[in-house]
Amino acid sequence: MKRDYTGIVKSLGAVFLGLLAGAILMIAIGANPLKGYFYLFQGGLKSIERIGNVFAIATTLILTGLSVAFAFRTGLFNIGAAGQMLIGGLCATVIGLSVELPRLVLLPVMFLAALIGGAVWGVIPGFLKARFNVHEVVATIMMNWIAYWVVYYTIRNYFTAGLETESASMPAAGQLRVSWLSQLLSGSYLNLGIVISILCVIVIKFILDRTTLGYELKAVGFNRHAAKYAGIKVNRSIILSMMIAGGLAGLAGLTYYTGYSVNIQIGILPSQGFDGIAVALLGATSPWGVFFSATFFGILHAGKGFMNANTSIPPQISDSIIAIIIYFTATSLFIEKLYKKLRGRRADRKQIKAGGDE
Amino acid sequence: MMFDIIIKIFPYAIAFTAPLLITALGGLYSERSGVVNIGLEGLMVIGFFAGAVTIKSLEATVPQLSILVGILAGIIAGALFSLLHAFASISLNADQVISGTAINMLAGALTLFFARTITGSGNISITLGIVRSAVPVLSKIPLIGPIFFTNTYYTTWIVLAIWGFSWFLLYKTSFGLRLRACGEHPNAAASAGVNVVRMRYIGVMVSGALAGLGGAVMIATYAGEFNGTVAGLGFLALAALIFGQWKPLGILGAAFFFGFARTVADASQVIPQFNVVPPIILKIFPYVVTLIALVLFSKTSKAPKAAGQPFDLRGK
Repeated sequence: MKRDYTGIVKSLGAVFLGLLAGAILMIAIGANPLKGYFYLFQGGLKSIERIGNVFAIATTLILTGLSVAFAFRTGLFNIGAAGQMLIGGLCATVIGLSVELPRLVLLPVMFLAALIGGAVWGVIPGFLKARFNVHEVVATIMMNWIAYWVVYYTIRNYFTAGLETESASMPAAGQLRVSWLSQLLSGSYLNLGIVISILCVIVIKFILDRTTLGYELKAVGFNRHAAKYAGIKVNRSIILSMMIAGGLAGLAGLTYYTGYSVNIQIGILPSQGFDGIAVALLGATSPWGVFFSATFFGILHAGKGFMNANTSIPPQISDSIIAIIIYFTATSLFIEKLYKKLRGRRADRKQIKAGGDE
Repeated sequence: MMFDIIIKIFPYAIAFTAPLLITALGGLYSERSGVVNIGLEGLMVIGFFAGAVTIKSLEATVPQLSILVGILAGIIAGALFSLLHAFASISLNADQVISGTAINMLAGALTLFFARTITGSGNISITLGIVRSAVPVLSKIPLIGPIFFTNTYYTTWIVLAIWGFSWFLLYKTSFGLRLRACGEHPNAAASAGVNVVRMRYIGVMVSGALAGLGGAVMIATYAGEFNGTVAGLGFLALAALIFGQWKPLGILGAAFFFGFARTVADASQVIPQFNVVPPIILKIFPYVVTLIALVLFSKTSKAPKAAGQPFDLRGK
């Protein structure tokens, strides 16, 4: 059997076009793109500490990417990972800042709080979709902004210290950062969050590939009507899928606000929620695909400061490249057609050749 | 006492409502033609940026013209940028939600990328702005005069004029009928000789132009500084479009309703009388009522039936 590489080709094609567009942008502002990319990748990979930071950034992206990818598998578009992430982060932060417990108890409690908070934020649009056929895209957008203001006022009214724009810092017991890991990676931000996100990749892969639940969710994603005809409870699948997707994004909030950072900034929707869409699409919605594309985006983000320090290129180049990659994955049909055309032509030529030899 | 406060707050509410209304109206053109546009936020950012850059570069030399040219630049930039969305969703049959998301992310990243190249910090502040003025004669009417016709920006009247024109265009002309048909039954429209692809391109580009106008109005009236984001105003416009059930009058009401709630919430920090309602309630109110409206109207939704579906004659 011939393996189908279309998915990988599509992703690599989008990455190539994204990097090409990034180069054009660098040229547009009079910078040298070769130098720009040299410093960008060097900034992401030149030392153990920086590689650690790549994975520290990827930690959150893996989880938001998994969240979006998981919902995609059920045919749902979770554009609300940002809001679910905020609420997950809020739940964990509130507990970490107000309860005093030994670390071994506190961290699991915060983990559960983030998981449940995100799941609740995801299950509401899921329920609205299942029960009232409210489109999940619109519902999750609304939930994002509700989360934005809920976090804004909760933090500002009850959990600030000094600055009005962020929460008080998480005490050491409630942080995912551990000193041995930081020391091992000469001061990197990498924290226990990476363990959580890799475990989630494994668990989600298991659920999707090896369980009845995963089978049912995928069946609903492939063809809702056929799934219903086969006796699968479609509404229950939609609600469950959004709940799990929300929980994953909630955990992203935990890793970001108590690991990568140690407080919550208010008045901002975390960009990781939207980057998660890019991660999921680039990873072709497969859990390990998500892992690799999140790592790639981690490099782009980790290196941008170093690049900015050594060139005149603003760090927003990384966000631009990621956005362009999303655009090209959306239009991947174009890339796919092109690829198939090229391959088809080669196959034709081979056939003609073979025919001529006879 | 309360009346004084209302008079004081009204001009702010209206100033905030104008960009919201025009952007939601832009969304109406796009969705009525059959293309879902969640990229309104990004298109606003583009207009916001283009307006700021243009006004900043002209305000020293031609102060009178700079604002007008800036607003025009916002409209053109928005329309051109929306071509990306149109091309992806109409010509390439891409997923319209993904394309819209890409538009939002791209607009935020690109404008900051160029703004930082221009100014270093990424913020572009302008010194000029539209001066508030009173409408002659009408501002002398008791009660209504002080509320609606004093302290107004002329852009607000432009926005309202476009709103009125749009209602006429969409519901009283054959062009409007064709555009709406493309969003309801594109195949029927096509068999009646309507060029669906062209109509959808027009719908998306008008949405880009109007969202760009919304962003430009922001910079020229109350914002005064570009900082890379319109803070969710584009999504609020999307909520107004949905809560207004894809109808001009509904959008007008929804935009004003949301704009007023937001203004009261912001004002409650300074005006104690407004403290009766916690600001968080007022801030989340637009999104909650939009969700409720979606639930209530789920059976009888007025959403364009074919919005979000690619149209491909070649495949059929």
